[in-house]
Amino acid sequence: MAKSLFDKIWDAHVVRSIPGGLDVFYIDKHLIHEVTSPQAFAELEERHLPLYRKNQIVATADHNVPTKNQHLPIQDPLSRTQVDQLTANCERFDIELFGLGHQNQGIVHVMGPELGITQPGMTLVCGDSHTSTHGAFGAIAFGIGTSQVTQVMASQCLLLSRPKRMRITVDGELKPGVTAKDVILYIIAQLGTGGATGYFVEYAGSAIRSLSMEGRMTVCNMSIEMGARGGMIAPDETTFEYLKGRPYAPKGEKWEQAVAYWKTLHSDEGATFEKEYTYKAEDIAPMITYGTNPGMGIAITDAIPSEVPAGETVSFEKSLKYMGFKPGESLLGKEISHVFIGSCTNSRIEDLRTVANYVKGKHKADNVEAIIVPGSKQVEKQAKEEGLDKILAEAGFELREPGCSACLAMNDDKIPAGAYCVSTSNRNFEGRQGPGSRTLLASPLVAAITAVEGKIVDVNRYLN
Amino acid sequence: MEKFEVLRSAAVPLAIENIDTDQIIPARFLKATSREGFGKNLFRDWRYDSEGNPIEGFPLNDSRYSGQILVAGKNFGCGSSREHAAWAIYDAGFRVVISSYFADIFRGNALNNGLLPLQVSDEVLQRIFQQIEADPTTEFVVDLPKQELYIPAWEERISFDIDAYKKECLINGYDDIDFLVNQKEAIEAYEKNRIWAY
Repeated sequence: MAKSLFDKIWDAHVVRSIPGGLDVFYIDKHLIHEVTSPQAFAELEERHLPLYRKNQIVATADHNVPTKNQHLPIQDPLSRTQVDQLTANCERFDIELFGLGHQNQGIVHVMGPELGITQPGMTLVCGDSHTSTHGAFGAIAFGIGTSQVTQVMASQCLLLSRPKRMRITVDGELKPGVTAKDVILYIIAQLGTGGATGYFVEYAGSAIRSLSMEGRMTVCNMSIEMGARGGMIAPDETTFEYLKGRPYAPKGEKWEQAVAYWKTLHSDEGATFEKEYTYKAEDIAPMITYGTNPGMGIAITDAIPSEVPAGETVSFEKSLKYMGFKPGESLLGKEISHVFIGSCTNSRIEDLRTVANYVKGKHKADNVEAIIVPGSKQVEKQAKEEGLDKILAEAGFELREPGCSACLAMNDDKIPAGAYCVSTSNRNFEGRQGPGSRTLLASPLVAAITAVEGKIVDVNRYLN
Repeated sequence: MEKFEVLRSAAVPLAIENIDTDQIIPARFLKATSREGFGKNLFRDWRYDSEGNPIEGFPLNDSRYSGQILVAGKNFGCGSSREHAAWAIYDAGFRVVISSYFADIFRGNALNNGLLPLQVSDEVLQRIFQQIEADPTTEFVVDLPKQELYIPAWEERISFDIDAYKKECLINGYDDIDFLVNQKEAIEAYEKNRIWAY
């Protein structure tokens, strides 16, 4: 029978099905970080449960870490406690940790793929909703709560019902200046912030296939922003090429065997999906959000909708009031005071190159504070090797040390109340980047152009 | 986990769609290493101004409203997977959240903490909001064994869905860990025979 990519991997991980429709579902890899793991470790101990498979866990510190002076002790006592607790827990349970200062430290969803930890056909979880990122490799990867973190620690399994399947196909060629970020912002704008709730999404089509691994990660990363349990893309030569030679990828004969298996991981002709959507790459333009959920996105040259979308009456009005925008108005010409380039969505080397390439020989506008935060120590190192640090510094961009930074305002990096920030992150929720902050989500290219111009512009006019 | 069977209570209305977990509990309050004490920061930035004064008009600050049931607009709990959101709601005294649908991760987190996510139709949800506005003391009876929301003021019983296993867990105060740990034999057998070992 024709099977979807999702079902092939799901079926291969069912330990057993229990009456009532739940599966005991096996997890291959568990990534942990400092924020959602302390209570899980505490619970293991309270229940006197051993850690079941310590070799299948990898830890890093990312959410709380400062992005300046990482060689010094963390100033904020609560953040320091949480990071220290992660270190103590990893020592105690003998878990591999890439802590602050380690050459492999980074945002968990940047670190895993770049080390080759994330592989096709795998099931991977983390106490973080953007775990969907790893689906770019043709893996079933999704975010879990802390109780589930404990469950995986204790049994390497979760008790789950199988989500429904959705396929989103984007065919055609992307226009100049249109990036993976624009593709996913476009899709979310079509489906809405809850449009894929209950589904696991497979992205397909020639426009998706043409994306680099980093672009695919950006797409899968934001699957959760339309409510999807996760997103995935079938592995292909691009995937294998990216993985080959990475530290945790299989080597030698094992590599050949792995690739032979991975090549079977695609949706068969005739596989069924409960929902299918098809879009044309040519219809996608550089995007930006105007509201307080990621579904509130428009082409940067379009006006904010003038009519309240059905069923969103309260949140639409509340949103625009919070953002200081009016229905029907254009964002072009709006002054921006902050630009943030970073987060698990867009902090990889290609993102930094895109920005450096655009700002080379230019300078940020005086009214803008622009920070750029690499996703990991590895990205930071590579950026310096390529001389991107100098280009960015000359353009007035502040290159920071790796971490989640201003994506979620849990560390020292915050956007002030009332300020507008064009951000390459994934959420424009009220206060997400700091109490009262106002976020407009966009691609690294749009963010770079905005930083130079100091306001929202028609980016199409700035492309060579 | 505390057992849940039948709850009779008034409800607090929060008629806003797409409430994300950053609103339920902002990230800056996630620095604790225990599960306790998140209730005081529930809806922190909607409930209090930057000086910590209660914001007038927010339903949790409105003395007309009380009870252990929170009623919220569709797509409740979207965004971040932080279980702290479920902990904060529970810690603030709520035992049930009613909405027309929930984000997947939040739903799971709630169920793992004895907080019942009760899904009704859009139409019923709007009627509930209108009912509470007309009479904030309106009582609701949530009967989990019968899978029924009873509204005495309407003399109406509305049935709701819940996974049979999860229902048993809530009624008995069990969680998934005990169940999974008891699957060790099957899990070890699986590990020996899987298609590809990562």
